[in-house]
Amino acid sequence: MSVQLLMFFACALLAVGGAVVLILAREPIHSALALILVMVSLAVLYLLLGAPFIAAVQIIVYAGAIMVLFVFVIMLLNAGVEERTDYSKIAKFAGVPLAFFLLLEIAHWLYHAEAGAAIANGAGAPQEAASTYTLSELLFRQYLFPFEATSILILIAILGALVLARREE
Amino acid sequence: MSTVPISYYLALSGILFGLGVVAFVFKRNIITIFMSIELMLNAVNLAFVAFARALGQLDGLVFVFFVIVVAAAEVAVGLAIVIMLAQNRESLNVERMNLLKF
Amino acid sequence: MEFITQHPILVVSLVKIAVLLFVVMTALAYLTWFERKVVAHIQSRWGPYYVGAHGLLQPLADGLKFLFKEDLTPPESDRFIYVLAPFLALALALTAIALIPFGPPSVQVLGQPIFIISNLDIGLLFLFAITSMGVYGVALAGWSSNNKYSLLGGLRSSAQMISYEVSLTLSVVGVVLLAGTLKFNDIIADQSGYYWHLIPKWYVVPQIVGFLCYITAAIAETNRIPFDLPEGETELVAGFHTEYSSFKFAMFFMAEYANMITVSCLATILFFGGWLSPFPDRWTWQLYVPGAGLLLLGIYCAYDTVTQMHGIARLQLTVVTLLALGLGALCLIPVVMPLIQGPFWFTAKVLVFLFFYVWVRGTLPRFRYDQLMSFGWKLLLPVSLANLVLTAAWFVYGWVRHG
Repeated sequence: MSVQLLMFFACALLAVGGAVVLILAREPIHSALALILVMVSLAVLYLLLGAPFIAAVQIIVYAGAIMVLFVFVIMLLNAGVEERTDYSKIAKFAGVPLAFFLLLEIAHWLYHAEAGAAIANGAGAPQEAASTYTLSELLFRQYLFPFEATSILILIAILGALVLARREE
Repeated sequence: MSTVPISYYLALSGILFGLGVVAFVFKRNIITIFMSIELMLNAVNLAFVAFARALGQLDGLVFVFFVIVVAAAEVAVGLAIVIMLAQNRESLNVERMNLLKF
Repeated sequence: MEFITQHPILVVSLVKIAVLLFVVMTALAYLTWFERKVVAHIQSRWGPYYVGAHGLLQPLADGLKFLFKEDLTPPESDRFIYVLAPFLALALALTAIALIPFGPPSVQVLGQPIFIISNLDIGLLFLFAITSMGVYGVALAGWSSNNKYSLLGGLRSSAQMISYEVSLTLSVVGVVLLAGTLKFNDIIADQSGYYWHLIPKWYVVPQIVGFLCYITAAIAETNRIPFDLPEGETELVAGFHTEYSSFKFAMFFMAEYANMITVSCLATILFFGGWLSPFPDRWTWQLYVPGAGLLLLGIYCAYDTVTQMHGIARLQLTVVTLLALGLGALCLIPVVMPLIQGPFWFTAKVLVFLFFYVWVRGTLPRFRYDQLMSFGWKLLLPVSLANLVLTAAWFVYGWVRHG
């Protein structure tokens, strides 16, 4: 049980626990906090996978800005306790286990493909973390057009949010 | 660093995605549904980073970067729409936003 | 004993973390004393004077007061979030301090540098990640108090923090361009060397605009006067921490001061050379400065004990005198002298920044909220962006090259 395996299981448990709390919580603010926990544990998993830059970006953008936006909207709209209705008993008691078995079958057949097994067991994995320098070389040379396109996308999003949120005078 | 098999990360990604789908289907508050979409996007990000590690290519990380940026833009516009909807229909319950139903 | 030699990283890290926590908590307590004394002297009065000699035991008295106050919880509040918010604020504030190097990495025990707890390749980015999570403490505190004024104060305060965070991060990118790295030790190492063998090559010289933007955004980010409308007492009762009492309120207080310390440490590392000394290396007398400074402090305390203190204050100030003289003598021992240089200069620069913070607090009036937001978005952000573009242009045209 190396340290990495322990860290992986701890973060995986936190992530799955957070997702379950997201489903089961009665108030949206608790679901938002659970989602923040999921994102932070995923950031630690990215660190374990040797991607420190992406871990930092995940915390700064996802956990530190997007979720703040969610929390603000929940506070603004004063989203209170959710009412519960049951769609149908079939969905809960037969649907979820059946979906689980479907996933197990897909995983089983994925493992039994040869290329999949080799990749899944870590053949060809590099030994050191991805440095910011090589990542930025890729981002600014090969993927320059998508980078600039996303900047325009963000501008459009800002304009859209401004127009939508403006009160009718 | 590679003592955890990549398949474990993929399994976790699958579980999180599945839980995101369950939350999307069963929850009734529109903000919570939106949050389950973010959970699904995060699960996919984890799969991308795991594969970037397994194949030794950094393109997966660039993809994750773009997914995060696009998710940010989507959340901004989506929450503005949610605010307008909530003020219009006076409720955050998805079942009450049924004006297009016949 | 073999455990220590077999796991050097773990043992040395635990010792470093314990020492740092102790030092930071004491520094937080005495920062409150420092602020009250300086603001009082700006306002022509004396500040704490009676609790211990020169008011030096005032933080202890305040701490005891906070522990013994009645701990109220508002009746309809969300208990879990109400308790979580101050813990979150304090935990994040203290975590950020762990990333900061206090001295050169060459001073080592058991192969581990003793003045640096963690030496990440992307240290600067992680520090910003942790400070960007600090918004939650404020927002959740405002929400969970079940109080209109707290909610308003919390929302305003968090909106202010996320607005100024953008300018904070952008004003620092010029430094990253000059240094070519995000690692703290490399940024400091890049600032060694002197112009004309006299003026140190700190980044404040080429990046003066960036420094001014940074210090303004930092004061706004930590919710200090002149940007503290959301927690000003005449405006919104006490803002987001209205409904907090006793120890939870003390935690918010400590979190605010810890944020101040973090931001000051970051300013010294990025713009003022971190643990490098301002005097050129040829001036070997600078090695005696820490010891001499502490000895002078001890002599002043001795003079004060003899002439001005009476009764128990005399005893207390005698202890302080002996402490200062002892530390000064310790710093003059030839073995210790080169080791103490890095942390001494770092602490001195951080103290200058903290004094500047308190000075600004005692002098300037408060911004109104709309003035604050328009200042952040319409003035500070364009200036930071312009600084970044100019620095990048400076680079592209080859006038400055980083090492």
